[in-house]
Amino acid sequence: MSANIDIAGMSNSETQTGAQAQADAKEVLLSVDNVTLTFGGVKAISDISFNINKGEIRAIIGPNGAGKTSMLNVINGFYHPQKGRISYKGKTRKRMKPYHAASSGIARTFQNVALFSGMSTLDNIMSGRSLKMKRGLFWQILHVGPARAEEIEHRAHVEKIIDFLEIAHIRKQPVGKLPYGLQKRVELGRAMAMEPELLLLDEPMAGMNLEEKEDMSRFVLDLNSEFGTTIALIEHDMGVVMDLADRVVVLDYGQKIADGTPSEVQSNQRVIDAYLGVAS
Amino acid sequence: MNKSVVDSIDVAGDVVSGTSGSAPALPSFPHYLLRNAETLRNRVAMRHKDLGIWREWTWADLLQEIRSFSLGLLQLGLRPGDKVAIIGNNRPRLYWSFAAVQALGGVPVPVYSDSVAEEMGYVLDHAGIRFAVCQDQEQVDKVLSLQETLTGLNCVIYDEERGMQHYNKELVHAFDFVQQLGTQAVERDPGAIANWCDGIDQIDTDGLCVMLYTSGTTGRPKGVMLSHRNLIITSLNANRFDTLNDQEETIAYLPLAWVGDHVFSYGQSYTAGYCVCCPESPDTVTSDRREIAPSYFFAPPRVFENLLTAITVNMEDASRMKRAMFDYFIKVANKHGEKILNKEPVSPIGSALYGLGKLFVYGPLKNRLGMSKVRVAYTAGEAIGPDIFRFYRSLGINLKQLYGQTEASVYITAQPDGQIDANTVGTPSLDVEIDIADNGEVMYRSPGVFMGYYKNDDATESTKTPDGWVHTGDAGFIDDAGHLRIIDRSKDVGKLNDGGLFPPKYIENKLKFFSDIKEVVAFGDGKDYVAVFINIDLTAVANWAERNNIVYGSYQELAAHPQVYDMVLAHVEKVNADLAAEPRVASAQIRRFLVLHKELDADDGELTRTLKVRRSFIVERYGELIDALYSDKTEQFVSTGVTFEDGRTGTIDATVRIQNVPSVQRAEQVVA
Repeated sequence: MSANIDIAGMSNSETQTGAQAQADAKEVLLSVDNVTLTFGGVKAISDISFNINKGEIRAIIGPNGAGKTSMLNVINGFYHPQKGRISYKGKTRKRMKPYHAASSGIARTFQNVALFSGMSTLDNIMSGRSLKMKRGLFWQILHVGPARAEEIEHRAHVEKIIDFLEIAHIRKQPVGKLPYGLQKRVELGRAMAMEPELLLLDEPMAGMNLEEKEDMSRFVLDLNSEFGTTIALIEHDMGVVMDLADRVVVLDYGQKIADGTPSEVQSNQRVIDAYLGVAS
Repeated sequence: MNKSVVDSIDVAGDVVSGTSGSAPALPSFPHYLLRNAETLRNRVAMRHKDLGIWREWTWADLLQEIRSFSLGLLQLGLRPGDKVAIIGNNRPRLYWSFAAVQALGGVPVPVYSDSVAEEMGYVLDHAGIRFAVCQDQEQVDKVLSLQETLTGLNCVIYDEERGMQHYNKELVHAFDFVQQLGTQAVERDPGAIANWCDGIDQIDTDGLCVMLYTSGTTGRPKGVMLSHRNLIITSLNANRFDTLNDQEETIAYLPLAWVGDHVFSYGQSYTAGYCVCCPESPDTVTSDRREIAPSYFFAPPRVFENLLTAITVNMEDASRMKRAMFDYFIKVANKHGEKILNKEPVSPIGSALYGLGKLFVYGPLKNRLGMSKVRVAYTAGEAIGPDIFRFYRSLGINLKQLYGQTEASVYITAQPDGQIDANTVGTPSLDVEIDIADNGEVMYRSPGVFMGYYKNDDATESTKTPDGWVHTGDAGFIDDAGHLRIIDRSKDVGKLNDGGLFPPKYIENKLKFFSDIKEVVAFGDGKDYVAVFINIDLTAVANWAERNNIVYGSYQELAAHPQVYDMVLAHVEKVNADLAAEPRVASAQIRRFLVLHKELDADDGELTRTLKVRRSFIVERYGELIDALYSDKTEQFVSTGVTFEDGRTGTIDATVRIQNVPSVQRAEQVVA
C-alpha cells in the first residue's frame, strides 16, 4: 500500500480482543462469596465463591443437578441464599429482587424459552425496553409528543438488535410460530434490549442443531466484543464452552470443583471425573 | 444450414436494424452515471431497507457516493486494468463499486458470495484480483484465508462493520474509510474531481467492462469478458423492447455475479435511469418485494414455483368460504385471463366475472406477491411448467420467457407482448441473429457477444467463430411462428440401446412440474431403459404428510416413506402416459426410479451455484445407486459424504428402495 496514507497507521500488534484487554484490568463486576442455598434439607449450593470480571465471558458448567441454574437465580435475585454475600459493582445487597437486578443492569434468558408467544418478534424485543421507557402510561396510550419521540428512539434501538441478530425476516411474525432456534434468538434479543452490563444466559444453545449453535456462538462473541457486555452462561455443549468462555467455573453437587481458563479446567482431574469423564 | 429459417431470421434482423440506436449510446457506464446525475438529479436511483426503513439515494447522491469511493480507491493504489472482486449480497455499496472501479479503468469481477473459500479461490486467483470489496466479515475471512495464493492482493474493503474491529488495518479497510480518503483527496486538491471526469472520458468503449464467471455446469468456471459496448447496446435494446424508462422500479435479489442481475440491476438501470431496490436481507425478499411492488421483475422458474406452492399450501389452510372463492375465480382466470392479457376479445360475461375476480382474488393475491404493479416480468434459466406459467399470466401478470447467456450479455430471444407460449422462448431480441446449425445447435450473433474467455483462448475458439457466431450448446428449433424452442443441451440428448431418443431434461422437467418433486436426474443414454433419481420437495411433501397424518423424523425418513413412494409412482405413471402419447419419445418411458435420501446440494458439488444439476458429478458420486437401477435389486445401501454449511464434512448412510414402474403402451401400438 502506498505510504502517504496517514490514517492507516495502527499497527498489527495492537489487535487484542476486547475480552482479553478487559480481563487484564481485572475489574470485578460481580463477586459471589461463600454462598449457600438450601431448599428445606437439600443443599443446592454450598459455600461457593467466584467472581465475574467486567467484559469477560464466564461459563458455569457442571453435570445435571449441579446447581447451575440455582446459581443464576441467586445472582439475579430470584432466590435468596441463606449464607454468603453477593456484590455487584462493588455494592452488596442483602435481599435483591429480580427487578432490582434488572434495573441495575442484569438481564437474563431462560432455559425454557419464556417469550410472549402471541406477540410479534418486534413487540417481544420492545418489551425488553420497558424499563427504559420514561413517559407515563397516559402519554404512551395517546402516543403524542415526547412519548412518540421516545417510542421512535426505542424502536430504532430494537431495529439495531434485529439487524444484529439477523432476524429481520421474522420481525412481524408471532414468536409462537417460530422454530425453537429462532425463539432462542428472540429471547436473547429481548435481554439485549435492556442494554445490560451483565447478561446471564441459561443454556442458550440447548436443543439446537450444529448450525444454530454456531450462529448463536457468533452472536454471543460479537455481543461481548462489540457492545462490551459481560456474559455469564450455563452450557452443556463442552465444545461451545471451551471456544467461547474466557474463564470457567465447574460445579458438581452444589460444590465448586474447579475454576480457571478452559484449558486449565479441561485438564483438571476432578472435572474429568465428575463431568468430562462421563462424556468420554 | 436450414435455408428457410435463415431467411425468416434475416427478415426479422432487417426489421430490428432499422430501429437500432434512437439515442446515441454513451461510451461507458460511468458516463451514464454522470448523465443521470445531470438529467435525473432528483429521481430516486436506489433504495435499501436498513434497520426496517427504506433509505433512498437520488442519482445525484449516487454520483457523490460513487465518486468519493472511486477517489478513495485511487488513493489506495487502484490502477487501470486492475481486477476488483465484488463479493456479497445485493447491497447498494457493492453496486456502487462497479461504477467506481470502472471510472478508474479497473475491472469489477463479481463473485458468487455463497461459494466456499476453495471455489472462490480459483476465481480470485484466475482473475488475478488486486482489490476485493466484501459485504461482511464472512466474505473478508474467506478472502483473507486465500491471502497466500493471492499474491497480487493489495486491499480488502468491507461494507458491514460488524465484528471487523480487530483486523489488520494495513490490508483491511471499511467502505466509509475509503470514501473518507476520497473526500480528503478532494479537499487537498479540488482538481481531483475534474481529473476523475477526465479519466472517465478515456474509458475505451470496446475495452473490458466486467468479468463474469460462469457457474460451470462442467469443469472449472470460465471468466466471460464483456465490453462496455456489449452491455450498453444490449441494455438499450432491452429497454426499448419492453419500453422501460426511468419510472420503473425493480428489486435486486439475484446473485451479483450472475449476468442477469448485472444487466437488470446495473446495465438497464443506468441506461434507462430506473430505480433499483435492495432488500434488507436475502430472507426478507418476499416481504420487501411486497412493499416495493416492482414494475419490472425477473425470477428464475424456481421462484415462481415456490410462490405457487406457498399459495396452494396457504389456501388449503384458509376458511372454506375463501377457498371456494379462490377456486372459483382461478377457474374464471384460467378461462379468460390470458385472453384479456393478450387483448383478445372476451365475452361480456367473461370480462365481468374477471373484473369481479380481480376485485376479490387476483388483486389481493398480486398485492400479496408484490406483483400488483408488474408491467413486465421475465423468467429464464430453466423450463417453466406450463401450468405455473399460465397461472401467473391468468392473474394478469405479464410474465414472459426469455433465453439468454452470459456470453450474449443475457438477451438472445425474448417473447414480445401478446405472443406468449409456455413452450417457446420467443423471437430474436433486437439486433440478434439466430441460426440453427446442422446438428440442431442454436447459434447467435449480436452486439452483446462477449470478447472472449479470460486467459482461455482454447475455450474462446471453440465457442465463438471468427465471424462472431456463438455456439450456445443448446439444441433447439424455430417453430412456424418464428419462435425459438429449446429442447435440451445438445450434448445431453442421448440414445437408448434400442435406438430411441433420450432427452433427459425433457423427462426431468415433466416430472419437476409436479409440486412434490424438487429435482430429478434421468439416466438412459446407452442403457436399455430410462431410470430416474427423484428429490422430493420438502415444503410440499411435509405439508402433505401433515395432512395425511404421516409421521417422520427427518428428510431421509420422509423420502423413504412407502406412501411418498406411492405418490411419486403416480406422478411417474402420468409422465409415462404423456411420453407414450408422443411417438418420438415413447421409448423413453421411465421403468425404474428411486427417491434420494438427501437433497441435492450445491455445497456437496451436486448442483451448481445457480442450482443446476451437475450430471457427471452425480454419476460418479452415486454410481452404486445407478448400477442398482439397472439391475433387478429392490434396494441398495449407500453411504454419502456431505458438507455442512461451515465446511465440515460428515456422512449419511441409507438403504434406498428402488421402485419398478409399469410402462404404458406405445403410441403407435395404440393407433394400430
